[in-house]
Amino acid sequence: MGKTLYQKLYDSHIVLEAQGELPIIYIDRHLMHEVTSPQAFDGLTQNNRKVRHSERTWATMDHNVSTQSSDINACNEMGKIQMQTLKANCEKFGVPLFGLGHQWQGIIHTIGPEIGATIPGVTLVCGDSHTATHGAFGALAFGVGTSEVEHVLATQTIKQARLKNLKIEVTGKLQKGVSAKDVILAIAAKLGTAGGTGYAAEFCGQVFKDMSMEGRMTVCNMAIEVGAKVGMVAPDQTTFDYVKGRPYAPSGKDWDEAMEYWKTLYSDEDAVWDKVVTIDGSSIEPQVTWGTNPGQGGSVNQPIPAPDDFSDPVEKLSCEKALKYQNLTPHTSLTDVKVDEVFIGSCTNGRIEDLRAAAEVLKGKHIASNIERAMAVPGSQQVKAQAEKEGLDKIFIEAGFEWRLPGCSMCLAMNDDKLPPGKRCASTSNRNFEGRQGRDSRTHLVSPAMAAAAAVYGHFVDVRTIL
Amino acid sequence: MQEFKQHTGIAVPLNAANVDTDQIIPKQFLKAVSKIGFGKHAFNDWRYLDEEGTRENPDFVLNFPRYKGASILLARENFGNGSSREHAPWALADYGFRAIIAPSFADIFYNNSLNNGLLLVKLTEDEVDQIFKVVEANEGQTVTVDLENLEVRVNDLRFKFELDEFRRYCIMNGLDNIGLTLQHEDAIIAYESKKYKWL
Repeated sequence: MGKTLYQKLYDSHIVLEAQGELPIIYIDRHLMHEVTSPQAFDGLTQNNRKVRHSERTWATMDHNVSTQSSDINACNEMGKIQMQTLKANCEKFGVPLFGLGHQWQGIIHTIGPEIGATIPGVTLVCGDSHTATHGAFGALAFGVGTSEVEHVLATQTIKQARLKNLKIEVTGKLQKGVSAKDVILAIAAKLGTAGGTGYAAEFCGQVFKDMSMEGRMTVCNMAIEVGAKVGMVAPDQTTFDYVKGRPYAPSGKDWDEAMEYWKTLYSDEDAVWDKVVTIDGSSIEPQVTWGTNPGQGGSVNQPIPAPDDFSDPVEKLSCEKALKYQNLTPHTSLTDVKVDEVFIGSCTNGRIEDLRAAAEVLKGKHIASNIERAMAVPGSQQVKAQAEKEGLDKIFIEAGFEWRLPGCSMCLAMNDDKLPPGKRCASTSNRNFEGRQGRDSRTHLVSPAMAAAAAVYGHFVDVRTIL
Repeated sequence: MQEFKQHTGIAVPLNAANVDTDQIIPKQFLKAVSKIGFGKHAFNDWRYLDEEGTRENPDFVLNFPRYKGASILLARENFGNGSSREHAPWALADYGFRAIIAPSFADIFYNNSLNNGLLLVKLTEDEVDQIFKVVEANEGQTVTVDLENLEVRVNDLRFKFELDEFRRYCIMNGLDNIGLTLQHEDAIIAYESKKYKWL
C-alpha cells in the first residue's frame, strides 16, 4: 500500500516506537521567537540540561518588535525584557539569533525559508501555530507548545501521535484577482475551524501546482485555521528553484543527494486518505470574513448570513455572537461595510508577492478619506529591502500608507500597533478572533489586493472589478 | 508536573463553541518570562469589564457566585483552537482547573494541556450536554473525573472516556517527558548516525 507525503516524512523520522508509548520523532530544524521560548530555556537551566543541537536551531525577534524603530527601547517594558531574555538565552546556549537590526531579522515564518533553514523533507517545529507555513516546501512542520520546545531543545526529538490524512484538492485555474489567501479562506469557509483537527492536510491539484512558493506558504500558513496543525504541498521544480543558493540550504554534492531524495516526496497514487475535500478553483471569488473565526467568511459578493441560516444550534449561537461582536446586520452586503483601518503584513501575507499585489492596486491612487490608518508591514528585512529596490515603498507612501519595519505587528497586536475599540480593519492577517487586533476591535480577513482595494474605496469591494 | 489520579470539584459550564486561546489568555499577558501567575488573567476580556481587570463582568459564567472555586471546566466543541501558546493551559491550571470536559479539543492545545497535567476529557456531544444540564440545574453540583478508571461521574451518570496508555501513565505519576526521552539517548544517537548530514 502506498503512503501519503505526511506518512513518508513521519515514518522516516521515527527514532523509537516502543509498545504502548508515543513514538519519538526526530526534529531536523527548530525555529524560535521571544514569546514562547523563555520558559523552555528556563527549564533547561533548572534541570542542568544543554541544547542538543544549537546548529539546528535559529531564533529571531518578531512578536514584540516595534515597527517604527529598531531601538529595543521603542518596545514596551515587558516586551523589551522578553527580547533581552531571548538574547541572553541564545548567547548562553549558542543558538544563532537574528535580532533587531540584523539583515535577516523578521517574522520567524518569513525568514526560515529565506535563509534556507526550511527545505523539503525535514521535520521542523516552532513554538508557534503558524509553523504549518513551512509545509509549503514539503517539510513536516507544525506548531508546538513551550514544553515541547524544551523537549526539542534538550533531545532534538518530540513525542507525537500519528495524524490522519486529509487531502484538500483545488482544481482548475484561479481567476485574475483571486489569490492564495482567497483559496485558503474559501477552504476555511467550507471546512470550518475544526474540519482539519486531527489531520495532516496536503494541498493538491492544479491550483497549487501553478502557485508560487509565496502563495503556497500563505495557504499552508492557515492550515491551522481549519484545525490542521500540518499543511503541506509536495515539492516540485518551483520549490527547488526557490531553495537553491539560500545560505543554509544544501549545496554542491549535498544538493545532488538532496534532489535525489526530494524527488521521492509525494503522495503515492495508491495512498489512503481518511478524508478528501475537493473545490473547483475557478469558482473561488475574492473572500472576506464576516465573523470572529476564519471559517466565518465567504465571497465578498455573498450577503452576511443570519443566525437562522444555520441549522446546527452551536453554529447558530456562534453566528449570533459573532454578528453582535462585529456589529453587522444579517443579510446586508459586505461591500457596504465601511472600514476604518487597513493592515497589510503578517506571516500570512507579508512576503514580496503580497506587497506587489497590493501595490498594483494602489499605484496612482490614494486611500479613502474615512481610512484613519493604513499600514504596510513587510514580513522581514529581506522583503523590505526587495520592496524598496522595486520602489513599492514609494507606491504605498504616496497612496497614504505608513511604511513600517518588519514584525508581527497588528496581526496579534502584542507591540504598540493596536486597533482601537470599535474600529474595523481590513487585514491580511490570519485570525479574526475577538480582540485579536486590540480589545473590542473588529477584524475582516482578506487578501493583500482586497485590503488595498478596501483602502482606496473605504469599504470592501470586489477587487476583480477594478483590476 | 502535578499527579492526577482522581478529582472531584465544582464544574462551571462555558456554553460557547470554538473558544480560542486568544480568549483563554489574551496576548497582552504573553510577555512574561515565567510560567506562573497567568490564572488571574484567564479569559480576561470576557471576565473583566476594564482593561486593568479590576471590574468583574457579572454576566460571564466564571464570575457567577455559584461557580466560584470551580475546578472542572465544561466546554463545547473545538475548545482551545488557534494559537499554540502554552500560556493557555498555564492560565487555566493556575486559575484552579484540574480538568476540562468537552466534545473536542484543538490538537496543539491538547498536547500542551496534557504536558502540564491539565486533564482533557473528550466525551460525546450528547454526554457533554447531559452534564451541562445537570450542572446548570443544581447549584454546587460536583463532577468527578477518575483517570484510574477512565470515567466521569455526575450523580448517577457515568461516562467512559479514552486516553492513550502512555499519557495516562505520565499524568497519573506526574512524570517529566524529557527525562523519559533521554532514557532513549542511544536510539537518538543511532538515528543521528544514519541520517543525511544535510537534512
